[in-house]
Amino acid sequence: MRNVALTSSIYTFGRRGRTLRTTGVEDMIEHVPMEDQRKGAASLDEARLRQQAIGVKLRQMFDEVVNEPVPDEFLDILRKAEKPSGER
Amino acid sequence: MSEAQVGRSPIDPARDGIFKKELVTLIPHLRAFARTLTGDPTAADDLAQDAMMKAWDARASFQLGTNMKAWTFMILRNQFYSEKRRSWRQSQLDQEAAERTLVAVDDPEAPVALDELRMSLAMLPPEQREALILVGAGGFAYEEAADICGCAVGTVKSRVSRARRALQAILESGGYDRDGGAAGDAMHAILADAERLSTQR
Repeated sequence: MRNVALTSSIYTFGRRGRTLRTTGVEDMIEHVPMEDQRKGAASLDEARLRQQAIGVKLRQMFDEVVNEPVPDEFLDILRKAEKPSGER
Repeated sequence: MSEAQVGRSPIDPARDGIFKKELVTLIPHLRAFARTLTGDPTAADDLAQDAMMKAWDARASFQLGTNMKAWTFMILRNQFYSEKRRSWRQSQLDQEAAERTLVAVDDPEAPVALDELRMSLAMLPPEQREALILVGAGGFAYEEAADICGCAVGTVKSRVSRARRALQAILESGGYDRDGGAAGDAMHAILADAERLSTQR
């Protein structure tokens, strides 16, 4: 029950956006009616879905860069480093 | 026995060739990791090139057959933080990274959601951001991420979990708004609250 209340207050906090800053400790320990508990369970599922969506997007963002062509500079630098220096 | 020792000698073209081949395959990943650390494509490529050269110079100390990806990521990360210590104050970094990220999005056609994710990521504390990226996008196990970051496995787990929550809070609150300075204030409030909520569990 405590976890449910906590999770639902995270959500409330998020939806209220910037007014969130004014959220007091009392919001965390307020009495949670049955109806809100049900909503809390629903938002737990919602939270899981949102986390999955974030995970997918995170990989997408990373892979976007991984799939970019590598600038020639990288291989040029490596090639120069690999060659014995001209002083030899 | 002697083969392995010969392989560790300073000049070994065959071994260097193998090393280089594998290093080249890692460049795209180094670029991606660097991009998430700096938030800026140009600075990221500079960082990735420096890391690549550091890895090349240190190739004799790398044991072929072990995890080169984790090894090079560790080099890149160390390089990033040593540069950061030299030139930036921590507080400036977060704000600057957030602002740079606003202009770092090249493709205006890119899905808005990705855009928002980039900006939100830039607002996370650096240690949370890197942990989440390594585990959530880089494909590293918690243990490997811990090696890369030089911390305990439990620390990585807790950073990843905090990062997930904070990211969600930022995304939902619209704290990634494009209005520069104001976003910084909102961000600190959101992060403070997200942190408070996650530590009270």
